[in-house]
Amino acid sequence: MKKIEAIIKPFKLEEVKDALSELGIEGMTVTEVKGFGRQKGHTEIYRGSEYTVDFLPKIKLEIVVADGAVEGAVGAIVKTAKTGKIGDGKVFVLPVENAIRIRTDETGDKAV
Amino acid sequence: MKKKTTSVLRLLAAVASLAILGAVTSTLHAEDAAPAPTPIAFADAPLKAQTAYLQAALTNGDPTATNIAPVAIAGHTAWMMVSAALVLLMTLPGLALFYGGLVRSKNVLSMLAMCLGITGLVTIIWWAVGYSLVFGTNFASPFIGGTEFFFLKGIDSAPNTSYAYWIPQNVFCIFQLTFAIITPALIFGATAERLKFTALMAFVGLWMFLVYFPLAHMVWGATGLMNGVWNADAKIPAIDFAGGTVVHMSSGWSALILCLLLGKRVGHGKEPMPPHSLVLTMIGTGLLWVGWYGFNAGSALAADSIAANAFLTTTIATAIAAFVWPLLEFILKGKPSVLGMCSGAVAGLVVITPACGFVDSTGAAIIGVVAGVVPYFAVTVLKGIFKYDDALDTFGIHGVGGTLGALITGVLVNPAVNGNLVSDAYAAKNGLKAAIESHSLLVAQAKAAGITIALAVIGTIIITFIVKLVIGLRPSVEAEHQGLDITDHGEEGYNH
Repeated sequence: MKKIEAIIKPFKLEEVKDALSELGIEGMTVTEVKGFGRQKGHTEIYRGSEYTVDFLPKIKLEIVVADGAVEGAVGAIVKTAKTGKIGDGKVFVLPVENAIRIRTDETGDKAV
Repeated sequence: MKKKTTSVLRLLAAVASLAILGAVTSTLHAEDAAPAPTPIAFADAPLKAQTAYLQAALTNGDPTATNIAPVAIAGHTAWMMVSAALVLLMTLPGLALFYGGLVRSKNVLSMLAMCLGITGLVTIIWWAVGYSLVFGTNFASPFIGGTEFFFLKGIDSAPNTSYAYWIPQNVFCIFQLTFAIITPALIFGATAERLKFTALMAFVGLWMFLVYFPLAHMVWGATGLMNGVWNADAKIPAIDFAGGTVVHMSSGWSALILCLLLGKRVGHGKEPMPPHSLVLTMIGTGLLWVGWYGFNAGSALAADSIAANAFLTTTIATAIAAFVWPLLEFILKGKPSVLGMCSGAVAGLVVITPACGFVDSTGAAIIGVVAGVVPYFAVTVLKGIFKYDDALDTFGIHGVGGTLGALITGVLVNPAVNGNLVSDAYAAKNGLKAAIESHSLLVAQAKAAGITIALAVIGTIIITFIVKLVIGLRPSVEAEHQGLDITDHGEEGYNH
């Protein structure tokens, strides 16, 4: 089992979700986050005052999948979230020790 | 224990002041009013007098020669009631939302509370003594009104012909009250996010007496020092149609002094303090603009040709300023901002205020351009040079814009749109007519502006030191960090 964490541009969320659903991935957790990488922030001007906004809004998408599904899922995310411009985001893959579905007590791959 | 004692004391103070008010009211009402002269009844007057009277009533003219007493006329009265409501709309919720959107979300309620609190406090003072101190005349003073209207004694639906022949005095009184409400409320944009609510209310209570009442009487009172249009004995024949000096200069200059004495917000210049909702600010701007028609066109005190001209000039100047300000941003900074459009609109409204009933549409267009340019540089450049924390730019827009308006009115004045500027009854006697004909009205306007600045600055210094000594001005640094909504009002603007 692996956890896939993807930081993507907010407007790409629908496309990524559809691509993952087509692969049979049934659930995901999505969070609105702020951050910056190589894409720096922007400047806002309110009358005379200028502020640099460093943190840009992004979406963090988290899914946990069986080992065999990792490659396909990561591929789908990278393919659909790509615009080719700076700020497209990153995908992280982490090992997961176990998963438990609370309603049925199922564990491991059956629970994800 | 201490807290309980304080509450009991407060309650006692409230009861005592109400009792005193009641006693004074009953005493005053017990006095007999001076006997009024008995004019002819309309039905008994000759046909020629009746015709002249009706024509005067329809055109907001002077019916004195007919010897028939003026009464409240439907059209004028209806417009003035609407105008009074429109001017109140400027404060509630126009200014409240305009300022509320510009502060950080932790202080949004402090701006709403300021506007609501001032509405209550000023109404009480206005009812008790304020109206009389501005529009009374029994002191026969150029500087302050009189005592005859204390507790609105004798104020009913009959006109007060010193001010307007065809509208009820009770409507005139409420119309003027709405000006007295918005004026102090404007000040606290400059001091936003760092002035205790108690200090703010105490400041307003004193400021009305030391600055607003004398100034409003000097400019609009029947015996006022600078009332060029309606006081034949005015020493300074200056003109101010809807309150460039009384409202915008007084609040703007007081705002500058108070924000200097108060000091900067904690973290000012180090941490970002962007407006939390320009959407609210835009709604506030729209309400201010619409409400301002009551303020400016309503200041004709009738639904007449002067009001119609003021309606036109207000629209033209405001729309142009709302276009010029963001145009400057586009040229100098690259992007025309919504805040720039809103700021331009308010600046246009401010600068046209003293001029709206005295200039034509060409004058209004010129005013629109300068209103978009001068306050823009006051806000973006001047503030940066002198480094004062005029948080929401009350001085930059109302102080600078109001002064600009007072002066430019003296240059662009056109008696063709307002015959009162050259009337034999007043303007010919006090020198206004001569000043206009010799194109030297700017001198009187500059004197009026100078007196206004002096009164606002000196009054504010005195009041600020009194309030600082008795109550203290600022919340603790910790409270300021937390936001005034929680520390002063015990609630939050947004719970999600």
